[in-house]
Amino acid sequence: MISKRIVLHFPHRLVDQPIVYKLVKNYELQFNILKAYVTPQEEGLMVLELTGEKENFDKGIEYLQSCGVRIQPLSQDVIRNEAKCTDCGVCVPICPTGALVVDQHSRKVYFYDNKCIACELCVKVCPTRAMEVHF
Amino acid sequence: MKTIKEINEKIKKGQVVVVTAQEVIGLVEKKGFKKAAQEVDVVTTGTFGPMCSSGAYFNIGHSKPRIKLGGGTCKLNDVPAYCGFAAVDIYLGVTAIPDDDPHNKVFPGEFKYGGGHVIQELVAGRDVRLEATAYGTDCYPRKKLQTLINIKDINEAVLFNIRNCYQNYNVAVNLSDKIIYTYMGVLKPNLGNANYCSAGQLSPLLKDPYYKTIGIGTKIFLGGGIGYVAWQGTQHNPSVPRKNNGVPQAPAGTIAVIGDLKQMKPDWLLGTSMLGYGVTLTVGIGVPIPILDEEIIKYAAIRDEEIYTQIVDYGQNYPQMISGNLGEVNYAQLKSGKISVQGKEVPTGNLSSYSKAREIAEELKSWIKKGEFLLTEPVAPLPGVESGYTFKPLKERPIA
Repeated sequence: MISKRIVLHFPHRLVDQPIVYKLVKNYELQFNILKAYVTPQEEGLMVLELTGEKENFDKGIEYLQSCGVRIQPLSQDVIRNEAKCTDCGVCVPICPTGALVVDQHSRKVYFYDNKCIACELCVKVCPTRAMEVHF
Repeated sequence: MKTIKEINEKIKKGQVVVVTAQEVIGLVEKKGFKKAAQEVDVVTTGTFGPMCSSGAYFNIGHSKPRIKLGGGTCKLNDVPAYCGFAAVDIYLGVTAIPDDDPHNKVFPGEFKYGGGHVIQELVAGRDVRLEATAYGTDCYPRKKLQTLINIKDINEAVLFNIRNCYQNYNVAVNLSDKIIYTYMGVLKPNLGNANYCSAGQLSPLLKDPYYKTIGIGTKIFLGGGIGYVAWQGTQHNPSVPRKNNGVPQAPAGTIAVIGDLKQMKPDWLLGTSMLGYGVTLTVGIGVPIPILDEEIIKYAAIRDEEIYTQIVDYGQNYPQMISGNLGEVNYAQLKSGKISVQGKEVPTGNLSSYSKAREIAEELKSWIKKGEFLLTEPVAPLPGVESGYTFKPLKERPIA
């Protein structure tokens, strides 16, 4: 089994297609929608946690790409601007998934992007606005 | 027993022994107070948190023809500055925001830019837009001024913060059933989180709880450069309850600080935005504590476990000025990541960066070791416990 958080960018022409349905039906993949919206440019954006057998997962990704869906790992979209972060830690109790953690020894804040679900709660809470979203 | 003069001689000779307020804890555990007091000359402290009663004054130089900003208006990158002085002196407070900022009209307001950010940009050497209006006089005829200014060209640029470095602070929680947006950060409903704001065992005034060495005139690390304690800070409140070790159990002493902004660094003066609250400046301060005797090292070696503070409800009690608290916790508990409030486990967050505070203490240590920073004798003490100095609420009286 494999499970990954990915960001799907649907071009305008695919916005009304039941793409995710086919991931389930044809490739037996489980999905958990973390975020979904249509941008003002009518591009669809969906953040998914996708789980399934490795072989099926790869085929599913191939299918998405063949349709014209652009795929990015979530870790490239929510990033911490290291130059701005002061490691204060006020974001830590706000993060619902434990992706932001204070190291007990160094007292520095670590961002585990594999746990991030792109809820963006940390973005506005950060006093120096060090958390950035680039969808 | 040592004197500051003797310590300064050691600094000049390169023989001084300096440790940070964190390092001194382990040293005292190993060697005991007596031996540690003999060996150590200076303990350096540090803190790096949002400090709203901060600001800077500037003398921008006279234009041709002359303009008198006093009685007029002045904005720096659209942020209003106070100009009720002589012709070209202005003061910019860190919480000032542009007139066209949406404030909290779309709640919670984001407060992306304000006085704190302008100060950071100036310190970083960036040009800032100055726009001013005046009513015009015979000696100062000009009525309008629009120009770029740069910190390197103007006459004085002085950071002058009237309250910094709070000696201890509240832990903020929210007992209400709505999310609230405060100067202590976002507080989730029903005890969803507990926010605190102190460097604890590294924080300057917590390591000299009775102000035995820190006083008016003390030379400090301020914003990455050199500054001085100018006075006690506003709301200085030395007479709050204290534990046996002298550490106040609630917000107590404060200092007003001053220093030449031109030699400070943008890494240590950060424009800061508090969601739904406003803008401010995160200020880096480090204070050296001369180890004159055993008593002073005892205070300087106080650990997080021995520093207690009160938990305060910001849902109802704080805004309504209702006294009382929800119990006490120490900084070791706060730093563990969760505390217990009313039987509930509550995750904690700090607004003040401990790791940056440690960097400041290390930086000040290296300045002293290299002989670049000599200690000063205070010229007058801060008002102490016996002074009767208190922090009073406003006495509101009807006007008519």
